[in-house]
Amino acid sequence: MKLTPTKSLQNHPLAGWSLAGPAIFLITLFLIVPFILAFTLSFTNQRLISPNPTEFVGMRNFEQLLGVGTLVLQPETDEAGALVRDATGELSYPRVRDYTRNNADYPQLDGKREWLSWNWGDAKVYVLASDVVFMKALGNTFLFVLFVAPIQAGLALLLAVLINQKLKGINIFRAIYFMPVVVSIVVVSLLWRFIYSGQSGLLNNMLGFLSFGAFKPVDWLGNPATALWSILAMSVWQGVGFHMVIWLSGLQTIPASLYEAADIEGATTWQKFRYVTWPGLRNTAVLILIVITMQAFSLFSQIDVMTGGGPVDSTQTMVFQAVERGYGQQNIAGGSAISVILFLIVLTISMAQRYLTRERNR
Amino acid sequence: MAGLSLTNIHKSYGKVDVIKGVDLTIEHGEFVVFVGPSGCGKSTLLRMIAGLEDITEGELKIGDRVVNQVQPRDRGVAMVFQSYALYPHMTVYDNVGFGLLLAKTPKPERDAKIMEAARILQMEHLLDRKPAQLSGGQRQRVAIGRAIVRKPDVFLFDEPLSNLDASLRLDMRSEISKLHNSLGATMIYVTHDQVEAMTLADKIVVLNGGVVQQVGSPLELYHKPANLFVAGFIGSPKMNLLPVKVTDLSADTMTLASEALEPITLPRRDGIGQGDSLTLGVRPHQLLKDGTKRIAGKVDLVERLGNETIISAILPSGETVLAALAGDVAIALNDDIALNFDPDEICLFNAEGNAV
Repeated sequence: MKLTPTKSLQNHPLAGWSLAGPAIFLITLFLIVPFILAFTLSFTNQRLISPNPTEFVGMRNFEQLLGVGTLVLQPETDEAGALVRDATGELSYPRVRDYTRNNADYPQLDGKREWLSWNWGDAKVYVLASDVVFMKALGNTFLFVLFVAPIQAGLALLLAVLINQKLKGINIFRAIYFMPVVVSIVVVSLLWRFIYSGQSGLLNNMLGFLSFGAFKPVDWLGNPATALWSILAMSVWQGVGFHMVIWLSGLQTIPASLYEAADIEGATTWQKFRYVTWPGLRNTAVLILIVITMQAFSLFSQIDVMTGGGPVDSTQTMVFQAVERGYGQQNIAGGSAISVILFLIVLTISMAQRYLTRERNR
Repeated sequence: MAGLSLTNIHKSYGKVDVIKGVDLTIEHGEFVVFVGPSGCGKSTLLRMIAGLEDITEGELKIGDRVVNQVQPRDRGVAMVFQSYALYPHMTVYDNVGFGLLLAKTPKPERDAKIMEAARILQMEHLLDRKPAQLSGGQRQRVAIGRAIVRKPDVFLFDEPLSNLDASLRLDMRSEISKLHNSLGATMIYVTHDQVEAMTLADKIVVLNGGVVQQVGSPLELYHKPANLFVAGFIGSPKMNLLPVKVTDLSADTMTLASEALEPITLPRRDGIGQGDSLTLGVRPHQLLKDGTKRIAGKVDLVERLGNETIISAILPSGETVLAALAGDVAIALNDDIALNFDPDEICLFNAEGNAV
């Protein structure tokens, strides 16, 4: 098909450009330039304020962030070859420090510190990282995404299906579920700090009340075992309404006659969901998964307000680390490098999701 | 296979009554068409039979079973929707076999039934396509195929042809008719197109404002409309309706006349008194130009269709009559024309609009 050309703008390119100009300028200034800057800076040793000139350092920032190595330590033996045990019967091992500090035999481990370790028979396996905090942030971020994406998407779909009914007063429920979305995440985080508070937090009180006092209060945000999960639960609660609305719009594009046809053909409620609703939501599902994944990877405000990355780095995340380094430690190059890594991860995952959920023609 | 009976069926949405007491018996194997203008409740009535709408009041029986509270899937009905309602992500094969899949029909049997339906509808070559890759007529075929594989007692069609273009509509119409003959199933068909109704139906149900106006065979409705509404709705072009007065009444004859009409004398009909105002109905195809003058007027429109000529004439009383004259008639605009008709063929309606 041939489109009728919009004559006036084609005859006056200047008018066209000047109309598009302000938008192009702003997009360039606030999106394209920072993007290029982040890439460029990540290959330098730029600091926020520094008297020294900036140098190009190649991949060093990335090596520093992502450097990992493994070390397997055998338990110490005496002259006879028997295992040495201490008073409590524990095996004793050489110190990891001896391998990572100025050890000429292990140059690849130089400067690295313990990230993870576990026992393998009598031997002890260590995974060492140049930047343990970043590695923890990376791990936490992936854990967060891995749980938030399915939980939030699933819960949002459930709510959307529930509120997609013609019932009296259904708008009240729609409003209630959507409400957390319109409240700023910072305000929500502050509120939930009270809810999660270890002394007289709402959650502890409620659980205590419901279990007739059997529940022992937990310092939800102060305990490395619960801090990340607490933030995760709150984030799901805050974001679920937004995705519910997107699901709802998807649900409403499915013609009612498809459900009626399914009714007549004998479909149960579950079969209608399985064969009519879910296939009809394919495109919405792709969108929601990608959006949630990207949002989850950029987890920052909740951490900043609620835990500041603690306790013992159990809630470090990539964006929090990027900000912390770039501005807290004035290491703008390091922060940029983290942003670039984050960008590549999100890009890869989004493309993988698109590929996996693509429409297949038989 | 089963007949249906509807007894005093009502449907209200809140205070609005949509169906106001329908009584109807449909025999097994009959092709029944619900026809009426939009908003007359014909689709609602069909959806109530399907179980997609609750029945506010009354009793619906399919076979010998009262099905008011029975789920759609247990009523033994299949429905073809105006929008086809095909599942867009499924192939034609899966669409047609969906009901069988839900009923856990074994694969070989399912396959055989789907192939059989595809053969009947001549769509074997379409089986692995998706609905988006089909034309309107092909989609309609698939929708019908989906209905016939389940071998339902009753087929329901909700304006199935209104999304098709004119020539395709004609083809599909004759296919549905053939299908009815070969399957011998009870079919209920909703349309606003009276030509579809006339050509397909064993029995037409004319609805208006949620009330059944007349039930009968197509020709019964054409020749003996029960009231003015049916008279005006069935037949194309529309029946001419002229006000007349009873000027003379004897023991077994009556004479009708008006400003436009030369007096005609007919056998007396019941319920007519001297001086009554009646409406005379005469179909355009019953009007003749043979020199005899019963009504006369000035031609204000001539449409030549080749096999017939449609003439619109304005009578001295101001009414317009349409005449469909056979062949190509030599007449021009603004000519005076005299028209004749057989007084035995006319319809008469009293002041309430009912046939007398």
